[in-house]
Formats: sequence, C-alpha cells, structure tokens
Amino acid sequence: MADHAGVAGGDEVDLSRRKFLTRATVATGAVGTVFAAIPFIESWSPSESARAAGVPTELDISKLEAGQMTITVWRRSPIYVVRRTPEMVARLAGHDGELKDPGSDHSDQPAYAKNPLRSRSAEFLVLVGTCTHLGCLPKQHFAAGELYPSWPGGFFCPCHGSRFDLAGRVFDGSPASINLRVPPYSYPKEHLLLIGADEKGAA
Amino acid sequence: MTVKTATGAAAPMPKAGAAGRQGFWAWLNKRLPIDQFMASQVTEYYAPKNFNVWYYFGSLALVVLVLQLVSGIYLAMFYKPGETTAFDSVQFIMREIDWGWFLRYLHSSGASFFFIMVYLHMFRAFLYGSYKPPRELLWLIGMLVYLALMAEAFMGYVLPWGNMSFWGAQVIINLFGTIPGIGPDLVLWIRGDYGIADATLNRFFSLHVAAVPLALLGLVALHLVALHEVGSNNPDGVEIKEKVAANGRPLDGIPFHPYYTVKDLVGVGVFLVLLAITVFFVPTVGGLFIEAPNWEPANPMSTPEHIAPVWYFTPYYAILRAVPDQRMGALLMLIAVMAFLFVPWLDRSPVKSMRYRGWMSRSALAIFAVSFIALGYLGLQPAEGLYVILARIFSALYFAFFFLMPLYSSLDPVKPVPERVVYHAH
Repeated sequence: MADHAGVAGGDEVDLSRRKFLTRATVATGAVGTVFAAIPFIESWSPSESARAAGVPTELDISKLEAGQMTITVWRRSPIYVVRRTPEMVARLAGHDGELKDPGSDHSDQPAYAKNPLRSRSAEFLVLVGTCTHLGCLPKQHFAAGELYPSWPGGFFCPCHGSRFDLAGRVFDGSPASINLRVPPYSYPKEHLLLIGADEKGAA
Repeated sequence: MTVKTATGAAAPMPKAGAAGRQGFWAWLNKRLPIDQFMASQVTEYYAPKNFNVWYYFGSLALVVLVLQLVSGIYLAMFYKPGETTAFDSVQFIMREIDWGWFLRYLHSSGASFFFIMVYLHMFRAFLYGSYKPPRELLWLIGMLVYLALMAEAFMGYVLPWGNMSFWGAQVIINLFGTIPGIGPDLVLWIRGDYGIADATLNRFFSLHVAAVPLALLGLVALHLVALHEVGSNNPDGVEIKEKVAANGRPLDGIPFHPYYTVKDLVGVGVFLVLLAITVFFVPTVGGLFIEAPNWEPANPMSTPEHIAPVWYFTPYYAILRAVPDQRMGALLMLIAVMAFLFVPWLDRSPVKSMRYRGWMSRSALAIFAVSFIALGYLGLQPAEGLYVILARIFSALYFAFFFLMPLYSSLDPVKPVPERVVYHAH
C-alpha cells in the first residue's frame, strides 16, 4: 500500500482512514448478514398448524382394565397409559439397586411425577412412549419373569435393548441413560385424563 | 500434434491456443480459454506413469456422481414429497412409470456404489500416503466431500417414506438431542414438528435435491483443482515434479489424456457391468442396498423389529451401539468420522507409500481395514450378546489406528524410497 500512497496532485492517502472505513463497512455487512439469516433459520421452527396440532389431548380412562395399557398420541409421540394393579405397583419396590436413576433426579418429568411410582396416582402410569435412547418404541413385557427370571415387568426397547420398569425407570446396562419421560398431565374430571396440560397450563 | 515417445514426456507439443487453430475456434478461444483449459487440465496435465488399479476409484466416483444427478433429476419429476404422497409416489414410479423401476434402482444402487468407490478411494490414500504433504488440503476437501455425501445419502433414504426411512430418521435426528443444553430444541428445529413429519420430509427433499448436491459439486470441483495444483501421488509415493526433463515436464509423468482417459474408460466399462448386474438382477442386494421394512409405509406407531442403517453407515452405527451411554456413544461416533480429518498430522512417517513402510504401519492399516469391515457387519446385527462385545473390541482397534498413529508411524522401520518411480513397461 505504501507504494501507492502518493497520488497525482500530491494529496497523501490517509491509510488509517481507509482502513477504518473498510473495517466499518465489513462490520456493518456482517451484522446485516446475521439479521438476514434470522428468517431462514426461523422458517424451520414448527409451523402455526404444527403448533396448533400440539394442543393437549383427552383420554377417557374409565374403560381401561387393570393391568392393561392403551396408547394415545400427543404431539406426534405415542403416550403409554397403564392402569397398574396393586400387585404391579408392589413389584416396583426392591430393585432400586439395579436402576440408573431410581429417584428420577436426572430424568425428565413434572414435579408431581418425581417419585418412585413416577405418577400422580399409584394406579395410572402416563409415559411418553419413545425410548430416551434414540426414540424407538419400547414394547410392553408386563409379566414378572417374562424376559429373564428376575425381570419385574416393564418395557423393553427392541432397537438397542434398553429396559425400563413399570414406572418407566431405566435399568443399568441399558444404552438409555434417563428414565422414560412423563408428559405434563392432569385429571380435570374423574376418568378423564388430559395429556399436555396441568395446573401450570398447557405445555 | 507431434508424435509422442513411449513416456510421452520428451516430445514437444503445440502450445495452448495454438496458432494452427483458425476461424470460429480461434474466435471462440480469444473469448473463452477452452484450449488453454483443456491443455492445462487434461492434455498437458502430467500424471505419474505408474498408476495401478487403485487409481480407478476417483474417476469412478465422478461417474457415479453424474449418474446420480441424472437419475435424481428424473426421479424428482415423478416423486411427490409429503407425508401422504411420498410412499405412494415411489410405488407409482416403480409400477406405473415406464422404466420407473430402472430410474429408482439406478439411483438406489448408485448411492451404494458411490460409497464403495469413496471407501476404496480413501483406502488407496491410506495405502500410498496420498494425504501427506503437499496433499493435506486435498485430503481435507475430500473428507468434506465424504461428509456431504453422508448427509446426502441419509436425507435421500428418508424420501421414500418407508418404515425404515422414518425410524432411521428418528434415530439419527435424535442423536442431535444428546448435545448438552440445546439438544431438545435443536431436534425440534430440525424436524419442524414434534415428531418426524411432513415438515421434516419436505425440508429433506429440498436439501437432498438442491442444497447438498450443489455443495457436493462445488467441493468436487475444489478437490480436482487442488489435485491438479499439487499433482497426483502414486504407488511409490515419489514426487514426479522433482525430476523433470529439459522442457520442464516430469520424467515420470504422462499426459492425462489420452493415457489415463483410456485407462479410466476400461474401469468405467467394468463398473457399468457391475452396476447393470445390480440394477437388473439384485437391486436390493438381499436387503443391503434397500432394507425390507422400507417396502412398508412409514408408521410412527410401529418400530421395525430391528433398526439398522444402510451398510455404508453401519461401521459408525456399531460404534454408537457399543457404548452403554447415549451421549458418549454419539460422541464416539462423531469422533470416529472426524478422526479422518487429522490423519495428515497424525502420520509422522518419513515415507508415503506402504511399499516402503515397515511392518508397524502395514499391520496397523490391515487391522484398521478388518475392523472397519467387521464393524460394518456388526452394525447390521442386533445389539446383543457377543455382537456387542465384538463391537467394543473392534471399536477400540478402530480408534487405536488413529490415536496411536503418531507413535507407530514414527517408530516404524522404513525402507529407502527410490529416486524415481518403479515402472516396468508392458
């Protein structure tokens, strides 16, 4: 640059001024580029209709037999609803030592499900039915001893072999590291389960 | 054009944009440097004269790229992205479009052949040290091509909207959910819905047919520019530019055209025979190129019994499943892919080619090749019992190849490298 400093007419080029203007222009352009990227990035967020379709969903649980499971859909995820028998609830005690997170300290659930049964009431278990490993659907194996002699009943994911008990708590040796998720839910009326909304409002 | 000698190196050839050209061609070349470009990149681009069979796979990968672009453009004329239309439109292509099955099988087989060519091409680089200086950047650009190809193949596999498309996408996108902090929001953003949905399929279609192919073409062009700048390596790992004739041409080089265009055409012939056998007789290769569950429509309420990606991703998938912790598994999988990027700096050997390396580098490469294939097999099997134990052993060997490379490549007893390439005329 120094070679070109003197131009015809004898005016000296103010190099620091030129450098400042160049940098200011580049900086302005960079900021503009960042703002211009926002519409492109935001367009990938769930659309209005996708969000509208994600409203809470209702389920009549009066017809669900004890010991049975039904599956409903909320936000494109299968929601497992299990009506546990007192015998099934009893089987939840006694294997805490085999679980990764028996107290649900590192798992994802509303405060009212952060208990050993992972539910608002002992009878009804409500879970997001996608494996916390990589999202396959764990299959139900509720009978004690169904998978191996000490199996207390629960869910088994066929994709990568994660095992969960009848409260959705993950067993040691599973690739999943946290318990099955519990969605926000509430009972606005007797026998009516509302998935996706609780006292805090809709999720 | 004057007659060339056997080596093609000594005889003078007319300069680019030769005075012999007249009329329209001369007019054209004054405005567009066609002759100059062809001379510098093709007819007077000097490649080592001792290329062997391993040097087919770069040009064959380029042939597959063209086949994929052509067959892909035609498939996009009939395919309808969308949750309710995608699967049916693929069946429509297969059953009702004249030769539609051919277009689709050409494209699906082409994807697998692309990876076969790229893996063999990469193995060639390991054999002859083609990533070593001055070709580090060439190697890095090649790795970017490989990464873009992986993205392209993954999104392409989602488009037929079969049940394996759906669950494969579910598993792979959920890998992003293991990133601490932003994971769940990132997954939601990638999918554009609370699950894999219409929004996901449509954006993958756009990326698969426009964004990634454009990136691929650009990267392949950069790969070729970088190659022609530094010049090709060869099985002896000798720099041919260091021994030049009086006219400045490498003594061990021959012009790419006609010598290697002719050689590559033979390779293309053999490749097209293999491709035709696949497309016409075994298009799914027993579930290896197209998996059986993909003949059922996507069903978010039913996971296939056994989820495995297509064969070209299974080595990494086996590493992912070998780890009993999802975050660590995903991280190791990422490292397994990215480790290739660092090879030019991990390799401390003074010698490029395996021909002049000692037993350490040779055994390491052999063990790595076996591990990669074994992991590829294990990734197709269920993750249980002995398979998991074997996957752990081969994963350890896989990583040892990379992370012990500075050690064994510098301790390796190497042989003297000849001054010029070893070549026996035939």
